[in-house]
Amino acid sequence: MQKFIDIRGVKHAYKTKNGPLPVLDGLDVGVGEGEFCAVVGPSGCGKSTLTRLVSGLMRPDEGAVVLDGQEVSSPRKTVGMAFQNPVMLEWRTILENVMLPLEIVAPGMGRAEKEARATHLLEMVGLKGFEKKRPSELSGGMRQRASLCRAIVHKPQVLIMDEPFGALDNFTREDLWQTMRDLRAAEPFTCILITHDLRESVFLGDQVIVLSGRPARTQYVLDVDLPADRTIDILYEPKAVAMLHLLREQIRIAQGRDGDLH
Amino acid sequence: MDRAQKILVPLAAIVIFLVLWEFVVWVNGWPDYKMAAPSDLPPAFWKFHTLFLTMGWQTLWRTVLGLGLAVVFGTFLGMVMGFSKIARDGLYPLLVGFNAIPKATLVPVIALIFIGQHDFNTVLMAFLISFFPIAVSVGIGLSTLEPEYRDILAALGASKFTIFRKIALPKTLPEFFGALKVAVTLAFIGTNLVEIVSPHGKGLGALFLSGQTNSDYPLMFAVLIALAVLGIVLYYAVVALEKIFAGWAERSPG
Repeated sequence: MQKFIDIRGVKHAYKTKNGPLPVLDGLDVGVGEGEFCAVVGPSGCGKSTLTRLVSGLMRPDEGAVVLDGQEVSSPRKTVGMAFQNPVMLEWRTILENVMLPLEIVAPGMGRAEKEARATHLLEMVGLKGFEKKRPSELSGGMRQRASLCRAIVHKPQVLIMDEPFGALDNFTREDLWQTMRDLRAAEPFTCILITHDLRESVFLGDQVIVLSGRPARTQYVLDVDLPADRTIDILYEPKAVAMLHLLREQIRIAQGRDGDLH
Repeated sequence: MDRAQKILVPLAAIVIFLVLWEFVVWVNGWPDYKMAAPSDLPPAFWKFHTLFLTMGWQTLWRTVLGLGLAVVFGTFLGMVMGFSKIARDGLYPLLVGFNAIPKATLVPVIALIFIGQHDFNTVLMAFLISFFPIAVSVGIGLSTLEPEYRDILAALGASKFTIFRKIALPKTLPEFFGALKVAVTLAFIGTNLVEIVSPHGKGLGALFLSGQTNSDYPLMFAVLIALAVLGIVLYYAVVALEKIFAGWAERSPG
C-alpha cells in the first residue's frame, strides 16, 4: 500500500569536478499521514538531500518521491520547512516573520486573519508578548520557536525539519522537543525530521529511519511504540534505553561502511 | 545626554581642528597666499556669498542627480551580477577595468563627445564615478544570500521575483547603504572634476578656478570648505535614509 509520503528506490548524485558524487543509493522511506518520521545517519550521508527531494526543490536522478498520491516534481504550497539556522528576517518583527508563508500561500487572506493565526501559534510555543520584537532581541531558542511557527502557519500537509534543534543547548533542546510534541497534538501534520540526536529521534518519532553512510540507503527502520504523550522521563525507561542502544549500534554499522568519515 | 553628546562631540572635534589649523599657520607665519587660516575664511565667504549660494546649488543638484542615476543603474547592474554567474564572470573584469581608469582623463573625452552640454557632462561624470561601489555591493549582497533564506520561500513555490522583493532586496539594504555612503563623496569628486578640468563657469569648481586666477587663496580654501560641508550634509542625508530603511540592522551596543 502506498504511504502518504512514499519514497521508493531513490538514487541521486551531485555533479562535482571529480565526477559524480553519489549521495543517495536505494533510499526507501514510507511515512503514513500524521506520522512523525525521524531520520538519523552519519554526517554527510545525504540527509539534507532528502529534505530537498521531499520539498520539491530538487528531483532525484532515479526513483520517485510521492506525496499524497502525487509525484513531487516541483515545490508546492503544502510544505513547511525549518532549518538548523532559524532564518529569521531581521527587518521584520517576530509576528511578521511568522506571517511570511501566508503572504505566499494565501495572498487573499486578510491581514487581521493572518495576524490572528500567527499570534495564536506564537502563544502556543510560549512567545506571547514577543510579537512586536525583532529577531535580534530574542535568544536562539526563542528564534527557533518562531521558526517552527512559521513552518506550520499555513497548515502544511508535510513539515520538513533539517536539524532544527542542532544548534541549541541541551535543556533548550528538550524544551523544544516538548513544544514540538504539543504542537503536533494541537495541529496534526506529517513530519520528516532530520537529526543527529538519537534521543531526539526516539522522543519525537513514530518511526526512526537509519541511513547508511554515503551513498545513503535505508539501513534500518525502527518503530517507536511509545505512547504519544511522552515526557522526557520516558527516555530513561528500559524500553526507550533499549531502542537507543539499538540505534547506536546501527549508527556504528553505518559509519563502518564509509571508513574515512571518522 | 545622548543627544547632546551626538551633537557636541563632533562640534568639539571640528573646533579643535580649526584651532590647530589656525595655530599651525600662525606659528609658521605663513602669509595667506601660501596657506589660508580659518580666520581668513569668513570674510571670503561673506564677500562672495551670492556666488557661493548659486554655484553651491549648481554643484549640489548635479551631484545628487548623478548619484540618483548611479543608484538606479548600480542597483540594476548589481542585480544582474548577483543573480547570474555568467553576468558576474563577464562583467567584473570590465567594471574593474573601467573603475581603474582615472576619471580626470575621461573629462576631455566626455567634453569632446558632448560639446557644450555642461550640465549633462557634469551629471554624467558624477554618475560614472559613483555607480561602481553600488553595483558591487548589491551584487555581492545578492550572490551571498544563504540558501536557506531562498529555500523558505522557494519551497512554497514562490517566484524568483517574490524572493527578491521579500528577502534578497531588504537583506541587501545594509550593504547598499554602506556603498551609498562611499558613492556620495565620489559623486562630488566627479562633479568637481568636470567643473575644474573643463571650465564652463558653473559650480563650486568654477569658483575655485576664479580664486586661482585671481590668486585669492582665502577664496580657494573657502570653496574647499564649502565642498566639505556639502559632502557632510549629503552624507548625513544618506545616514538618515539608512536609519529609516535599514535601521533594523543596527544593533544596540553591548
